[in-house]
Amino acid sequence: MTQPIISVRGVQHRYDRQTILKDIKFDIVEGAFVGLVGPNGSGKTTLIKLLLGIEKLQKGQITAFGHPIQKFKNKGRISYVSQKANSFNRGFPATVKEVVSIGIVSKENKQTKENLVYNALKQVNMESYIDRNIGDLSGGQQQRVFIARAIVSNPKLLILDEPTVGVDSENVEHFYRLLSKLNKELGITLVLVSHDIGAITTYVTDLLCLNKTIHYHGDPGDFENMPDEQRSKLYGHRIHTITHDH
Amino acid sequence: MIEAFINYTLLRNTLYAGLLVGLIAPLLGVFIVVRRQSMIADGLSHVTLAGLAFGLFMQKKYTLLMFTPFHTGILFSVIGALIIENLRDVYKAFQEIAIPIILSVGVGLSIVFIALADGINTDIYSYLFGSVAAISNQDLTLILWISILVIAFILTFYKRLFALSFDDEFARVSGVKAKTLNFFFILVTALVVSASIRIVGVLLVSALMTLPVATSMRVSNSFKQTIVYSIIYGEVAVVIGLIAGYYFEIPAGGTIVITSALLLGLTLLLKKVQLVLTIKKDDEHAA
Repeated sequence: MTQPIISVRGVQHRYDRQTILKDIKFDIVEGAFVGLVGPNGSGKTTLIKLLLGIEKLQKGQITAFGHPIQKFKNKGRISYVSQKANSFNRGFPATVKEVVSIGIVSKENKQTKENLVYNALKQVNMESYIDRNIGDLSGGQQQRVFIARAIVSNPKLLILDEPTVGVDSENVEHFYRLLSKLNKELGITLVLVSHDIGAITTYVTDLLCLNKTIHYHGDPGDFENMPDEQRSKLYGHRIHTITHDH
Repeated sequence: MIEAFINYTLLRNTLYAGLLVGLIAPLLGVFIVVRRQSMIADGLSHVTLAGLAFGLFMQKKYTLLMFTPFHTGILFSVIGALIIENLRDVYKAFQEIAIPIILSVGVGLSIVFIALADGINTDIYSYLFGSVAAISNQDLTLILWISILVIAFILTFYKRLFALSFDDEFARVSGVKAKTLNFFFILVTALVVSASIRIVGVLLVSALMTLPVATSMRVSNSFKQTIVYSIIYGEVAVVIGLIAGYYFEIPAGGTIVITSALLLGLTLLLKKVQLVLTIKKDDEHAA
């Protein structure tokens, strides 16, 4: 069996008196496309912040690439597209090139940097926008630029927190296909956080249902075939079958 | 009138100090504006005033010559910066509350020290509104050192500061030590504020850090361009303002900021005209 790149054991997390996460245990293996779903307030964002090392681990263990998360030196191996990327300051005076350059973690000369930025933008079909101001782009285009920023240093694992918020439905499809391509062609392991369980099950290889604790971890197809009642219980919120016409 | 600045050593010092401040204030100002922290300079400048007044009081009371009011101003500004950082930590959900707290304490202390130092005199007047008055060689040297430090700081941490300003979460994930960098950033801001007060005065320090940036943001496309244009607008305002201040015998703060505001107004007007012309041209093409 492939060695997991992320391993979570017995994680518990509280804010003040409120328990956010309890008895969290799961592995992420290399090459997987994991959908992390759960209703609002289920602890999704907290869990990924723990995985990213920007929220302090209170109880339990998280191992990233074989190292305890507290001692893990990222060096571009884990990258991130935040929810906030959608609500960043639109008036920020920066070009697409400058924004993508933020993602370069190693020391490179100017030419190498330019090549890295160009190639990352090419992966998301945004290379012709390289000198445009980031604020002039549409929500969907901006999100693709943020993907480019996240992949410019060739990460092994990419975590996306509700990246389709603020992207119109037509572009959401494109967006998921783009993620699928990154997963299959570049071999990047993906964790996609969403509260929209219906849309992502088509693309992901693993489904993780979180509502304070993990209620389901397995094949998205098996989950889809369960009766509504059982799925609602696992998801932690009412689910109705919605047919997606692609 | 320009000859006066070239011929008299002390006025020449003022011009040099002005040029340095015209460079570092907008340079740091760009980061302050994009991080939506424009009020920080105001908070710190009022604490600096308390320091300046404290220095004047000590000079009067103990004739302490080792420390000038400029030194105590810098010291108070740095302490104020540390307190702001601390308050932000305490009031995580209301970080902006740190500014009114530090600003009002600054003004309160200033009033006390000014009264103890026998009320408003010409020194306080020039600290409030800025001046073209002579800057000593020692003060100029200190402003020069502060400038070197600020420029070195920005050059060294440019990428990390830019990343943090654009998206602090992503920056932290990529390994930027946000807390440490923010700490040094506010310390550097404190130094710039206290250096700028010599030229533009307490009340208008934040104007020199924000007005050139506001103007620059209307005409630039990239972040680097915003920095370069901000510095150019800052320097133009300082030079014209200092000369006008000297010529009309007006405190430099007023003339510098009015020049800066005129540059902003002119830029906004030109942008508007440009937009109208583009629309007109497009209409003609369509017709």
